[in-house]
Amino acid sequence: MTLFDLGLREIHNRLHAGELSVTELVKDSLQKIGERDEKVKAFLTVDEEGALASAARLDDKLAGGGERGLLFGLPAGVKDNIVTEGLRTTCASQFLRNFDPVYDATVVKKLRAADSVTVGKLNMDEFAMGGSNENSSFYPVRNPWNTDRVPGGSSGGSAAAVAAGEVYFSLGSDTGGSIRQPASYCGVVGLKPTYGLVSRFGLVAFASSLDQIGPVTRTVEDSAYVLQAIAGHDDRDSTSANVDVPDYVSSLTGDIKGLRIAVPAEYMGEGVDPQVKESVMAAVRQLESLGATWEEVSLPHTEYALAAYYLLSSSEASSNLARFDGVRYGVRADNPDNLLDLYLKSRSEGFGDEVKRRIMLGTYALSSGYYDAYYLKAQKVRTLIKRDFDNVFEKFDVIVGPTAPTTAFAIGSQTDDPLTMYLNDILTIPVSLAGVPAISIPCGFADGMPVGLQIIGKPFDEQTVLRVSHAFEQSTDHHKRRPQL
Amino acid sequence: MSTTSYETVIGLEVHVELHTKTKIFCGCSTEFGAPANTHTCPVCLGHPGVLPVLNRQAVEYAVKAAMALNCRIADISHFDRKNYFYPDSPKAYQISQAARPIGEHGWIDIEVGGKTKRIGITRLHLEEDAGKLTHTSGFGSLVDFNRVGTPLVEIVSEPEISSPEEARAYLEKMRSIMQYCEVSDVKMEEGSLRCDANISIRPRGQAEFGIRAELKNMNSFRGVQRGLEYEEVRQAEILDEGGTVIQETRRWDEGKGQTFSMRGKEEAHDYRYFPDPDLVPVEIGADWQERIRAGIPELPDARRARYASDYELPAYDAQVITSSKPLADLFEESLNHIQDARSDAKSVSNWIMGDLLGYLNTNGLELNAVPLTGQGLGELVGLIGKGTVSSKIAKTVFKEMLESGKRPQQIVEEQGLVQISDEGAIKAIVVEVVAANPQSVEDYRAGKDKAIGFLVGQVMKQSKGKANPGLVNKLLVELLKG
Repeated sequence: MTLFDLGLREIHNRLHAGELSVTELVKDSLQKIGERDEKVKAFLTVDEEGALASAARLDDKLAGGGERGLLFGLPAGVKDNIVTEGLRTTCASQFLRNFDPVYDATVVKKLRAADSVTVGKLNMDEFAMGGSNENSSFYPVRNPWNTDRVPGGSSGGSAAAVAAGEVYFSLGSDTGGSIRQPASYCGVVGLKPTYGLVSRFGLVAFASSLDQIGPVTRTVEDSAYVLQAIAGHDDRDSTSANVDVPDYVSSLTGDIKGLRIAVPAEYMGEGVDPQVKESVMAAVRQLESLGATWEEVSLPHTEYALAAYYLLSSSEASSNLARFDGVRYGVRADNPDNLLDLYLKSRSEGFGDEVKRRIMLGTYALSSGYYDAYYLKAQKVRTLIKRDFDNVFEKFDVIVGPTAPTTAFAIGSQTDDPLTMYLNDILTIPVSLAGVPAISIPCGFADGMPVGLQIIGKPFDEQTVLRVSHAFEQSTDHHKRRPQL
Repeated sequence: MSTTSYETVIGLEVHVELHTKTKIFCGCSTEFGAPANTHTCPVCLGHPGVLPVLNRQAVEYAVKAAMALNCRIADISHFDRKNYFYPDSPKAYQISQAARPIGEHGWIDIEVGGKTKRIGITRLHLEEDAGKLTHTSGFGSLVDFNRVGTPLVEIVSEPEISSPEEARAYLEKMRSIMQYCEVSDVKMEEGSLRCDANISIRPRGQAEFGIRAELKNMNSFRGVQRGLEYEEVRQAEILDEGGTVIQETRRWDEGKGQTFSMRGKEEAHDYRYFPDPDLVPVEIGADWQERIRAGIPELPDARRARYASDYELPAYDAQVITSSKPLADLFEESLNHIQDARSDAKSVSNWIMGDLLGYLNTNGLELNAVPLTGQGLGELVGLIGKGTVSSKIAKTVFKEMLESGKRPQQIVEEQGLVQISDEGAIKAIVVEVVAANPQSVEDYRAGKDKAIGFLVGQVMKQSKGKANPGLVNKLLVELLKG
């Protein structure tokens, strides 16, 4: 039991009543990290001093009766690819093991404006490349439900820290499933907003056309609160959408009568674990019992998504990661013979295998003579995939399916075979290519490991995604189960 | 050597820095000459997580420049990444434009040897400048990122330039057009105008191009011409000896007056261009285009034609004066302060091309370094016309104007330089001079008309140059004949 089990409203009631202080909340978080993170390894940096100072400041504000932000006093963890001024930001890479950013990401500023307390930086796959957290160059995160299993990735630390009760909520980033898949594996709520809803300014870019920051929480309501705090246009991000941010919390009405659900045949086919299918179908029937209707549909270009994704995301990554050259920040190789040698040595020593693999793949795909066959073709496939979603959304409100084909697998079981590893994201990647919003919420357990339900919405229709998720969650008990640590 | 049996093909790539107040993708100042690395921020330093935000003013200047070069403007333009590793490029890619540049299919006219030739412009695109490297002995290489992110336009010509002289004329025309549009300082010495050249030669009459060399590091108009002249001869010598020109990049060494190989074709970069996913396409709609077009001033060619027709200015004068916008503006402003602009235009032009340019060249100054105004020059020409000062005295007055910026009337009054047009006063001197020079008087009366010149000179000398020469002449003749 942690104070976090009280939930946001009760915590705020008690803070307001003077029965609880922000310092107590933050100390509870730090204590849980102290007890549990030896096993979970979700954190790369814990900022105890900074967190307690923020807590004291917020307690003063509470005593002074000042206006309180939406996430007042809530201890949060931030994925380590989101820059925090003066607080080490490594992207879980040896290349940045000594890197202290000189500015705050827009989302970090927004969290501060909402009065939450950042207690530290969360472990991840190096530069967000991976689906198991085994690509962290420091140490792998472990799944709180079974520490021999992976937490998923790349936001494995973000999901595990929330599942383990170490923080109230966290921020992750999702490029091809990096919020949803670990949320699924760890039995928490992970939301990837529509591309452009949340500012990317200060998110260390992996694949700029796909990256989105989103909340990882225990409940759908908390997801709505955190999204409320971080969404919105940012002048510093040209790809950030100029849309009005609706009230997400008030959209959680519990009413889904008449909702039209599409279940893509491609998401329930070969390769999807039977127990996962069963949980997902049970969830669909549950939604039906709440007044929704459902039909099987087809997203015909699904099978091409994985290849297109790896070409596009790796192409962008090969360019985005070129700035890590050992010249201005991060680690520089000792005693280079000349400039080229400085680049070669710094990058050879600084990057891990998976990052190098993707840089090479992307460099190849963009090279003269290959560009049309790979990069350009993949862009065309992306357009077709978007169109698949557009077509379905003409008749349906949401698309529902599994988040991942399986539950969390054993640490070390897939590290020798990158292609098998890539298949874990096969159900999240099409959504990322289409840029639409999607959430993963707990919908059951298979052999003691959580199963995630993916609910996909129309562009900028997070309200419907959250409303459906909330209605489902409130009619089931999956989200109430806690891992034993 | 037999260069006459070859013809030369040159294409130029010109980079022009746009003088926006801030950089193209962040809010840092673009001011030249600040202490190293003081005009920087996480965005232009390429720190992890930063994103570019396009400066609309830079787009506007680029569109204006493209329009002035008669380009077709893209309705939708976008930015691409040009990937390469070098310490002057903090992101290890330059945000540039490949597939959809701001402008394409333009042209400018150049004048060489009294003939006009049209040179095609392939494209004009917008991009960010790189930082500046300084290689030291002992302290390694230093990099200044003040310049990184300064907006640049790259203007690529068609390979339609046929001589180094034409190349220079093209570059000078380019400079004056950019200057007229007020989009750049276009100073080669400060690097706000830079030029690379592709040059090849081929036997006269051959249709295919020869193998080209790319020429870099030409830091002046003269350097461009000299570098190309050197390269023309070098390539001809290779072909004369039965050799083959190598496709390579060569560096012009101004001091040695030679070009040197930098890198070969096989070392050429694969820049792996792809659309920058951090930026959205730029729509340059009809309204915006119209607004920008309306802001383009009269360009040098149009002004030159007008000077010839309105003021009957000789072609050469019109060419020299319109090649620089400040000179042309000075010319027109001077005429605004003259009663009969048409008849005095040549006189104003003479002052500008003679005394003014002479003074600037001698002292190595730009026009904006002297306090001369068009009003001042116009008034001076007016004073000469009215006979208030003689042409000779006017030269003294003009020099004083260049140095002090005072109005001519004030200088004339302060220094007592007013021309003496009082017949009585002049006659007194004339009488004195005639009395003192009987030999010359005799010569004149004996038919040696030249003798009067000497006498006029003596009168002018006695009057300290202030006597009205016309009156002196008239009175002398009257006295001698009478």
